[in-house]
Amino acid sequence: MNLAAPSPAAALPLRAPSLATAGMTKIFGPLVALDDVSIEVESGSFHALLGENGAGKSTLVKCIMGFYNADRGAVLLDGLEAEVRSPRDARALGIGMVYQQFTLVPCLTAAENLVISRADAAAIIDWKTEMPRLEAFMDRMPFRVRLNELVSSLSAGEKQKLEILKLLYLEQRFLILDEPTSVLTPGEADEVLGLLGEMARRGEVTVLMISHKFREVKAFCDSFTVLRRGRLTGSGDAQAASVEEMSRMMIGDTEIRERAERRKHNDTRTVLDLAGLCAVDGEGRPVINAVNLKVRAGEIVGIAGVSGNGQSALVEVLAGQKPLTDGAIFIHDKPFEPKRGDFDRFKVFGLPEEPLKNATVPRMSVAENIAFRSYDKPPIASLGWWLSPGPMRRKAEKLIERYRVKTTSPDSPIEALSGGNVQRAVLARELSGDVDVLIVANPCFGLDFASVAEIRSQIMEQRNRGAAVLLVSEDLDEILELSDRVAVMSGGTISYVSPIEDTDRNTIGQHMAGH
Amino acid sequence: MTAVVASPSIERGGFNPRTIGMIEALLIPVGALVASAVLFSVFLLFLGKSPVTFFGLIWTGGFGSAFSIQNTLQRSAPLILTGLAFAIPARIGLTLIGAEGALVLGGFSAAAVAIPLVSGGWTPVIGLPIMALSAMAVGAMWIGLAGWLRHYRGVNETISSLLLSYIAIAIMNFFVEGALRDPASANKPSTMPIGDAYRVGSMPGTSVHWGLAAGVLLSVLLYILMSRTTFGFAARMTGGNVRAAQAQGLPVGMLVVTCCAIAGACAGLAGFFEVAAIHGQANASLVAGYGFTGILVAFLARQNPLAIIPVAILFGALQAAGGLVQRRMGMPDATVLVLQGMIFVVLLVSETFYGRIPFLQPKREGGR
Repeated sequence: MNLAAPSPAAALPLRAPSLATAGMTKIFGPLVALDDVSIEVESGSFHALLGENGAGKSTLVKCIMGFYNADRGAVLLDGLEAEVRSPRDARALGIGMVYQQFTLVPCLTAAENLVISRADAAAIIDWKTEMPRLEAFMDRMPFRVRLNELVSSLSAGEKQKLEILKLLYLEQRFLILDEPTSVLTPGEADEVLGLLGEMARRGEVTVLMISHKFREVKAFCDSFTVLRRGRLTGSGDAQAASVEEMSRMMIGDTEIRERAERRKHNDTRTVLDLAGLCAVDGEGRPVINAVNLKVRAGEIVGIAGVSGNGQSALVEVLAGQKPLTDGAIFIHDKPFEPKRGDFDRFKVFGLPEEPLKNATVPRMSVAENIAFRSYDKPPIASLGWWLSPGPMRRKAEKLIERYRVKTTSPDSPIEALSGGNVQRAVLARELSGDVDVLIVANPCFGLDFASVAEIRSQIMEQRNRGAAVLLVSEDLDEILELSDRVAVMSGGTISYVSPIEDTDRNTIGQHMAGH
Repeated sequence: MTAVVASPSIERGGFNPRTIGMIEALLIPVGALVASAVLFSVFLLFLGKSPVTFFGLIWTGGFGSAFSIQNTLQRSAPLILTGLAFAIPARIGLTLIGAEGALVLGGFSAAAVAIPLVSGGWTPVIGLPIMALSAMAVGAMWIGLAGWLRHYRGVNETISSLLLSYIAIAIMNFFVEGALRDPASANKPSTMPIGDAYRVGSMPGTSVHWGLAAGVLLSVLLYILMSRTTFGFAARMTGGNVRAAQAQGLPVGMLVVTCCAIAGACAGLAGFFEVAAIHGQANASLVAGYGFTGILVAFLARQNPLAIIPVAILFGALQAAGGLVQRRMGMPDATVLVLQGMIFVVLLVSETFYGRIPFLQPKREGGR
């Protein structure tokens, strides 16, 4: 059987294309997701696409990639109109994309992943001829990944590199990266972006990167475009423009609520005490291993770490979603069980990550969701079991007003709300009472600027009122902004704890990477 | 999508979401019924039969006379109870299809308990409640077991409850054809007849047995339980998102097993009435498919205990008219089953229309 394929990536010096969109418009029902957006990405540039959540960045790249067909507008590749009706067309034109989540097959090796990604992959692969070709391909690349390693055993950084190598292997010279560094340590992120930047400068690739992080944009990109509410609000030289200018283009003139002040106080009693917590995953492998941590009253302890190092398991244990195999939790020196009675008795509240998935029942109404903490207590419940919708609704209306939850009615299913409003409804439920312990996980993930500021200041307010706050976050900036102390989680255990004033981004990053 | 800060919190306008929900819950099932009637008409035309005659006969056989109405109600009584047996676990997120088994086992245990009661000369005033309670307890344990396996052992509840049904039928057969067989039941192995004194009579002025009243009463009680009590609220939370329920510290396992036990008790009670009001003994006649038709009833009623009552009556009418259709149109008894099957398929398809009827959609404020 002849398995020979046109040898992939034989000719790396293929010139990197330029890409432009002209008047791109995409309408979903009543929503104009993209309104006449024209961007220009020059050949060999490292271009940042900035914007808040929902600004239309994903819609734009999905139109370029052919996942969506734009209602109006065109994609110009090297100045010529290109018809991209499906991702297959995009691929044929040499436009490739790296997604936020990995698209590699974990149980196959890096080499296998590369070969099967080819459109013309043969039914029977002749490894004797493929391997030398892959090796030769790797030799031409600026970075390598071990070819015979299973993808599941690669680190996140290596996986991300392999994703990029895969696009180059497929001869794709226009790379779209969707927040490529969200799963990487700062060190890994800098390495990958640095290498891509060099390739772009040599004219081997053109990169369009969706990003939230100004630091990365300033460090690696040469040009940028900003979208806001589906419209183009600015573009220019990424090195010349200041962060302030770029952020103004992103958020416009929206008033951002003032951040709560960090107030000093003298109450230093330990409130939350995690003593040797251990838990296992579905297959019985340990996911957290002897976690010891104390959180004092009026203190925010931030837990940093690369995702998948046990942080979500820790939050699940504290929320009662995962049983402990060993260890104990104490609050005010009394044993705490994550059961409803103890949540109320010790005034423990939580803002889990992805609130629609972890903190709400999507099909129940906003009013019902707001009542999750209070439905079995007076005035909503009488005799302990009889439910009165009247008080439930009145309470919801009050909290909707106070927390500015934007909903058509308290009776709307909460799934009809936007992400920021779902999070506000959860805040209203969890923070409107008296809070002693607050457990927060990635509270701002996927939210827009204004909501982020508001939610962070709410968390700070709880701290100032004397709550012990445990903040688990994958966003190092968030941890640096809010925490009084930082703990780093790596390999299922707390590997480093330090007061915020005695540490910095680099030290934390090194501990995140497991050094 | 981008949330605008500092904007009016509650915006009025358009339909109230609760009204929309009610319109949908009415419009879609009725539409599905009409669509399946049209499909079935095509089927009849294909066979060279008149759809007009067919639906006319269904009307006559189901509601045409005082006799047929009572026949309909008689048949709808177990359907209400088995409908509840599907609907209550569905509220907590489980798809349990084991009502048939709980009904059979409940009926059998009522008949079995009756043997010493009857021979011991106990008065029916004491004996009948004991029979009913044992039927409910056995049914509750049977479906409760499926719920327990689901929550604590991760066993798929749909499959386990179906298989438990077959086991239940086998258990009944084992005893009815063996240790508990009435020697007088030559052709159709049965338990000892409970005797006329132990028969549950008809409601005053009708020939419909008390099972109908029990079904209606339970429907109302369970409606209240699910919508107006903290238990029902917790069950709906668990059914809607078990992770959120856990994060609120709810005893999820207890809720799951309790809902399943309630379901099993309903089905077991249906079995009790089949024995004590219809057959007078336990035998293979208990395996009449009421448990499975109950799934259809609950589906059409959108798992709403109150809506189960009219839907069960509708299906009772279909079954009551089956004989008439057979005699007058020369069509096999299974014709009604074909119609039921079509309704079920169309109903499943119609589920996709929720939230997609264009004129009912609220205007969203720039959200995704």
